[in-house]
Amino acid sequence: MADQTYPMPGTLDATPSRGAALLEWIHSWVVTVDHKKLGILYAVYAIFFLVVAGAEAMAIRIQLAVPHNHFLSPELYNEFFTMHGTTMVFLVGMTFIFGFGNYLVPLMIGARDMAFPRLNAFSFWMSAFGGLFLYFSFIGGFGLYGMGSAPDVSWWAYAPLTARAFSPGHNTDYWALALIVMGFGTLGAGINTLATAFSMRCRGMTLFRMPLFVWLMVVTSGLTLIVITPLTAAQIMLIIDRYLGGHFFDTQAGGSATVWMHFFWIFGHPEVYVLILPAFGIASEVIPVFSRKAIFGYPAMVAASVGIAFVSLSVWAHHMFTIGMTSVSNAFFALSTMMVGIPTGIKIFNWVATMWGGKIRFATPMLFCTAFVFQFLCAGLTGIMLAVAPWNWQLHNSYFVIAHFHYTLTGSFVFCFFAGIYYWYPKVTGRMLSEKLGKWHFWLFFIGFHVTFDTMHFLGILGMPRSIYTYEPDRGWNTLNAIVSAGGFVQGIAVLLLAWNLIDSYFNGRAAGNDPWDAWTLEWSTPSPPPDYNFAEEPVVRSRRPLWDIKHPNDPDWKYER
Amino acid sequence: MSAIPGTVPIFANENWQLPSRGRVGMFALIIGESAIFTIFVVAYIYYIGRSTYGPGPQILEIPIFNSICLISSSLTIVLAEHAIKHGRLRAFAAWWALTMLLGLEFLAGTAMEWRRLIFEDHLTIRTNLFGTTFYSLVGLHATHVIVGMTGLSLVMLFTVLGRVEQRHAARIQVLALYWHFVDAVWVVVFTVVYIVGR
Repeated sequence: MADQTYPMPGTLDATPSRGAALLEWIHSWVVTVDHKKLGILYAVYAIFFLVVAGAEAMAIRIQLAVPHNHFLSPELYNEFFTMHGTTMVFLVGMTFIFGFGNYLVPLMIGARDMAFPRLNAFSFWMSAFGGLFLYFSFIGGFGLYGMGSAPDVSWWAYAPLTARAFSPGHNTDYWALALIVMGFGTLGAGINTLATAFSMRCRGMTLFRMPLFVWLMVVTSGLTLIVITPLTAAQIMLIIDRYLGGHFFDTQAGGSATVWMHFFWIFGHPEVYVLILPAFGIASEVIPVFSRKAIFGYPAMVAASVGIAFVSLSVWAHHMFTIGMTSVSNAFFALSTMMVGIPTGIKIFNWVATMWGGKIRFATPMLFCTAFVFQFLCAGLTGIMLAVAPWNWQLHNSYFVIAHFHYTLTGSFVFCFFAGIYYWYPKVTGRMLSEKLGKWHFWLFFIGFHVTFDTMHFLGILGMPRSIYTYEPDRGWNTLNAIVSAGGFVQGIAVLLLAWNLIDSYFNGRAAGNDPWDAWTLEWSTPSPPPDYNFAEEPVVRSRRPLWDIKHPNDPDWKYER
Repeated sequence: MSAIPGTVPIFANENWQLPSRGRVGMFALIIGESAIFTIFVVAYIYYIGRSTYGPGPQILEIPIFNSICLISSSLTIVLAEHAIKHGRLRAFAAWWALTMLLGLEFLAGTAMEWRRLIFEDHLTIRTNLFGTTFYSLVGLHATHVIVGMTGLSLVMLFTVLGRVEQRHAARIQVLALYWHFVDAVWVVVFTVVYIVGR
């Protein structure tokens, strides 16, 4: 400032009014291209929709708690389970992974931002508006039964059901168009993550010194490129069928409903690996730090991740054993599905070996990750059971399948992302989350999870099919369904505790400092929250644990790593 | 715990080189686009001969001239890349314009082919399964040509305005990569639609 001030015409009050300041603040979030702000936007968006889709699940569970219930109408029930699945996969799962990836990948590799910051903002807003569009369907029209036009064809939207004749109105259009829009957002985010990890690394950050979370984000982004796009292609075909009178899935004109199943599951199965791989990345960051040991078998972990990505591309038809494939196809898809167990088994052994002999601190992130390792093992075992074609014929579309994939998506994905929230929240906000509430959250969620989803396995074996509106009281499912519903509510309370913890700790939490967990990756070398452009000086890295090297100059890692 | 990583002495990585983010990004986009095309090509191949009524693929004529134009535009764009790399801006502008001309010819040829199919052979996207698969696959490719042409036109506009210089060579190569991809996809579409499928 110059030392002389000049009188200004008009008002001299330079401080903006409160409304203007608020507007300024909102504006800064809307136009931001900063990877950290976008990461936070993604994560907040994901948590919001986690609560929304959770509420839908609660409504479904109330409906199913007792036989012959009429809490929801049948139409609304269909809309709720469709929206629950679609929301959880696309609005919660995908946004969580790219939220964490956005925030952490540049920090972990010592970069100042993503490779394409504006593409990054574009991707987020595509995903955001796709989600808003999807939810607009609830109020976007009267639909057939006055219930809005929310999609009601289930999240896999099998073919004849989505044809104009069987799905009049705009329910299916909302679903398809929202997914196309979000698909472009995901494509942009995937491209950006790959370009960042390959082209923006700081000096000395070779590929094999990248933190495992970054590796897993690379693998997952590569996978999104080749699995989200088939979904986009299939949605375009569906839109052509519905709007231009095409015949892709029209059996009478020679089209095929089975082709839709193939195209959907070519996307749909690898999609669960897209979701679970970043969760593995979080576990691979949290478990070593809280066991006070370097990750066991880093190269094997990388190889296993890439292996999972490849194997995941050849397993899709295990969702379709019951449509009557040839025995050769059945055998191929059964065997390829079982092969997933090899790389995932390697990972589980490596996590256990990392804990083995370590000095484990059971802080909340570690609690979630420990539960994850155990639950993911169970999920993998039921997955291998379902890969056996005859077993699958028996249990296809039953609650056993529901239990299996909620074990992978809730028991593994959500647990890891809760761990990630507790682990990185101090970095993002500068405040610690309350450990006491965190422990409550963990134990309630853990107990609720097992009450709900362990019981679902039995319901499935007793023959309860998925997606049914209600059931007869004489089937022997009554008690089990009541238990499942009760467990669901325990989980709901736990998630509300998390939401409260997130808000309360933001204002009242203990100050975190740069490195509250005594961790080893680059993001902990910056202040919390990190400043704009992250690093004042570009870091230089000599090993996989750069902060360990700084903290222990007499015994640095690079003496042992090649 | 607040040590700054910058205090680590700089080690041997003096010539620390990373791939260009533009090229990595474009290759990633191409991989994603390839997957979209794969799905449409698979659908086309699977549905060959399954159309239950209406005109079939025998009404198609092989667009040889069109294909030669599009494929040779890959060559002219390589010459344009070469010219700008060595700072010969006039040659660059000429080759770039020729590339665009070839692209335009391809689009015009496709338009004429579609006109004939729609008005003489009465094949539209809703006529039968063949129409659906044909127009969507060829149309998907034509859409990509239009997107590529938009990119090429922007560069042409900046060239005419005198804003393109030798230092932009790397960016222009990234755009050219996309154009090469569009041409390469045509080889696949051409083979599937006009040779295998006919």
